[in-house]
Amino acid sequence: MEFIKDFIEILLATCRDVLPIVILIAVFQLLVLRQKIPDLPRLIVGSICVVLGLALFLAGLEKALFPLGTIMATQLSDPAFIYGTDAVITHIDWKAYGWVYLYAAMIGFAAAIAEPSLIAVAYKANEVSAGTISTWGLRITVATGVAVGLSLGTYRIVSGTPLYLYILAGYLIVIVQTFFAPKSIIALAYDSGGVTTSTVTVPLVAALGLGLASTVPGRNPALDGFGLIAFACLFPIIAVMGYAQLMDWKTKRSRKNNGVT
Amino acid sequence: MKSMIFSIILKKLKDALTDLLPIVLVIAFFQIVVIQQPLPQMGEVLFGALLVVVGLSLFIQGLEMSLFPIGEAMAQALARKGSLFWLLSFAFALGFSTTVAEPALIVVAAKAADIAGQGGLIDPSEESLKQYAFGLRMSVAFSVGLAILIGVIRILRGWPIHYMIIGGYGLVMAMTTIAPQEIIGIAYDAGGVTTSTITVPLVAALGVGLASTIRGRSPLVDGFGLIAFASLMPMIFVMGYGLFIFR
Repeated sequence: MEFIKDFIEILLATCRDVLPIVILIAVFQLLVLRQKIPDLPRLIVGSICVVLGLALFLAGLEKALFPLGTIMATQLSDPAFIYGTDAVITHIDWKAYGWVYLYAAMIGFAAAIAEPSLIAVAYKANEVSAGTISTWGLRITVATGVAVGLSLGTYRIVSGTPLYLYILAGYLIVIVQTFFAPKSIIALAYDSGGVTTSTVTVPLVAALGLGLASTVPGRNPALDGFGLIAFACLFPIIAVMGYAQLMDWKTKRSRKNNGVT
Repeated sequence: MKSMIFSIILKKLKDALTDLLPIVLVIAFFQIVVIQQPLPQMGEVLFGALLVVVGLSLFIQGLEMSLFPIGEAMAQALARKGSLFWLLSFAFALGFSTTVAEPALIVVAAKAADIAGQGGLIDPSEESLKQYAFGLRMSVAFSVGLAILIGVIRILRGWPIHYMIIGGYGLVMAMTTIAPQEIIGIAYDAGGVTTSTITVPLVAALGVGLASTIRGRSPLVDGFGLIAFASLMPMIFVMGYGLFIFR
């Protein structure tokens, strides 16, 4: 019974998210474009699938994944687990947090693979590139970027170094890469930074950030708990451009080796 | 016919299962090998996982039937109508309306208000905290609307995206050095929370639809990039809001 109540709540919240879009499209179709909406029945069935699917997805995540994610984040960042003693820790050893970095990387990778908006963008990219950009290739590249970003982000919380230094350095890398990466990938690479951070990744990452910031001595959850999402946004951009550069370089080299210019 | 639908459903479920397998493996590995504690409420977790798989396959199916085609159809119809005003109004309204009620944004705005209140940056009374959170939400929603609008103009004019994004990053870097410390983390995160699961496919379809309608634009080079603007602009606006409020 409890679950049905929760599910209806989530379903209503999803409907509320869709409502502005429905109103906007209806207003524009009827008042501005003054035309009938093409293939309306299919559209309605599709929209019901989107709302129902997203609500089920979120309800399942809240039931299964998020509680586990929170428990695991607390267990892994618990000083008793990390240092193996119950004594009060005064000195932070960043090397002791190895499992935390590994967990951050792996959960970041896995969450990005499951992220519906990344699936949507990868699907579109595959369609408009006429198959040159493979759906899985893009998703795995982006997920690898999230993995690297998050383990670096957790290291930052443990070591207490200032956030802006990392972000500024990351932006510098992005800017330099932009001048060397193939032009066709740049817009997509920038976009992949924004898509990794929605339904699945944000709650898992937020739990990890807050868990760490509240157990590592000397960290303030209010200040240090933020910023992990920024890492998850920045590194996919670097990963996608880097991968495109690598592929570009490989093709050029194999052409050279074959004597074709 | 029946067996065809059945096999499509089966394929969607299998795809969704593959998408979720990594998460299951990661959690299982850490629970069994590292933490070495039994999973709490195994039954509930399995039931939840089942919902996630069914939900994801339904969502992807619905995406192909509704959000993608309507986004592209709207972009094409508005481009054919030839009215810049209505196209840009649609772009702004899409960004603003989908962001302003975004639950993740409401949470972040409220948290940001608490931090600002505790830090003594604003008056910690409930009224002023609410006002601060509301102002923050409005500036983020406005910035996303503006971002989609600028992104659409870029597609129309065929401006290269990298100068605009690098310019934006330059601005973010410059503002980081003068913005109050308390707002920086929130500003960076605000860029991430604005692009929700329903908005992203619609915005992607809008960009690709526009770029494929206008002669001389490539859907790959020009069609993408709207989401990048939508995650960059809120950072600038949140830091700007911080500077404006705290001065």
